[in-house]
Amino acid sequence: MRQKDHSVETIAAWVLALLWLLPLAYSLWSAFHPSEYATRFDLTAPLTLDNFVKAWHQAPFARYYLNTLMLVSLVLVCQLVIATLAAYAFARFKFFGRDVLFALVLVQLMIMPDVLIVENYRVISALNLLDTIPAIALPYIASAFGIFLLRQTFKGVPNELVEAARVEGASSFGVLWRVFVPLGKTTYIAFGLVSVSYHWNNFLWPLIVTNSVESRPLTVGLAVFGAPETGVDWSVITAATVMTMAPLLLAFLLFQRQFVQSFMRAGIR
Amino acid sequence: MVAAVMSAAEPRAAKRRNWMTSINAWLLLLPAIVLLGTFTHYPILSTLYHSFFSLGRGGTSNFVGFENYAYMLDDDVFWQVLRNNIVFALATVPTSIALALLMAVWVDKKIAGRSFLRLAFFTPTVLPMIAVANIWLFFYTPGYGLLDQFLKNFGFASNNWLGDPSTVMTCLAVMVVWKEAGFFMIFYLAALQTIPPELKEAAEVEGASRWYFFRRVTLPLLMPTTLFISINALINSFKLVDQLVIMTKGGPNNASSLLLYYIYEVAFTFQDTTYAATLTVTLIAILAGVALTKFVYLDRRIHYQ
Repeated sequence: MRQKDHSVETIAAWVLALLWLLPLAYSLWSAFHPSEYATRFDLTAPLTLDNFVKAWHQAPFARYYLNTLMLVSLVLVCQLVIATLAAYAFARFKFFGRDVLFALVLVQLMIMPDVLIVENYRVISALNLLDTIPAIALPYIASAFGIFLLRQTFKGVPNELVEAARVEGASSFGVLWRVFVPLGKTTYIAFGLVSVSYHWNNFLWPLIVTNSVESRPLTVGLAVFGAPETGVDWSVITAATVMTMAPLLLAFLLFQRQFVQSFMRAGIR
Repeated sequence: MVAAVMSAAEPRAAKRRNWMTSINAWLLLLPAIVLLGTFTHYPILSTLYHSFFSLGRGGTSNFVGFENYAYMLDDDVFWQVLRNNIVFALATVPTSIALALLMAVWVDKKIAGRSFLRLAFFTPTVLPMIAVANIWLFFYTPGYGLLDQFLKNFGFASNNWLGDPSTVMTCLAVMVVWKEAGFFMIFYLAALQTIPPELKEAAEVEGASRWYFFRRVTLPLLMPTTLFISINALINSFKLVDQLVIMTKGGPNNASSLLLYYIYEVAFTFQDTTYAATLTVTLIAILAGVALTKFVYLDRRIHYQ
């Protein structure tokens, strides 16, 4: 009886998993086969890269890739520097106004930049930055979430290590750089993976503030390319879709464990 | 004498040290404060401020008191998107939680192909919503799409899934559940791994069935995780609208529009930024309400220290 239970469950789990992979599997099928096979599943269908070649030539995907790469690196580097400094202050200094300030930082966890699109558009346009990559990045680079995670990590650093570094004559910055930053490695990786995935995938805000090929990230480029008005062939759109998600998907397949653990660590906080 | 001098000098030195510490700390915080002020706190306040104005001719604005709010309460579309948002949350949150729990229980056991299963369930999480929307758009395409092709085998007629107000919400909800369940699974998985195996052994000795054990031991122990996930899923249902831009544009006739998407339309298609600000105030109030509920009821045990 028990044994039977188990095999029924195993089958159910596999059915659900295959169902879960179906959309992805289908997009790969359609991207790598000629368009007449888009809905005909014939194992003898010829494989082709034509759809990718077409997509690559019909829209400036190389530029979109570059924009997204610049965007995610700009966001990540700024986030890490700013959050490290702020977290260090919150975790290791006693100063006037600390608790109020920390509460003000936490406000961003509850009201994210994603919902403040109307006013942030005003701010960006007042700064004369519309349609640039910094415009997409700016609202996100002071990350309450990053500050929060790093502060937790820094609070766990044993005092003896700090004292030892002080005795050796390290300055405040020296202590931060040589003691806290190396000990925060896991948190940095977790936060970094979550941040890169988030900004690689982000769409609504970039859609609002960008208006040209020079600043559009991949997601917005894909939306413009795939709009029904353009009448682009379905298989070519799927090829573009696969291109958009491929780098993250490959990174995920290679570093599965780190991804899952990072998302978990960052989520549980 | 010497003691008196020392005790007078000491507090002064300590005071100066305190000042230095404070200045150091504020300097470390300066970039974060400036950026958060510019892109979080100022926008929140200016949203509130603009919600009391109307746009006059030539960019001038006039103070109108609560007129925008009165207009909002009279706006049928506002009520519809709010209702849609609630329906959408009610449809996606419990379903993705139930599925996430089921997936986690399976993957936690010694089941054949465990790591493959976990991979399959988690993969949608790392994909961009915009790419996902493109793929699913094709599933739902009338006649030519996969869903219709599949149903044709059973003699069903073709259906305009996303063009019909009675089916569009379900179609979008299914897609969002597919995208989110695997993400929530990992939190259940982490929680399941903290349940001591002795409990299970004890239950087996007592002859408790697996279902009984699950209902009376596992489920209650997972309660904090369930609450945590519910809050996150609820917030997501209010801030994730990317799919609408690709799949329905909120249609047909606003049947699939959500609050944030409506704000986007009002601000950037109809260019009515003050009314968009009024709607944003409502959205902020909802999010703040959810966050405060979380803070008051759930975080009592988890101190921000």
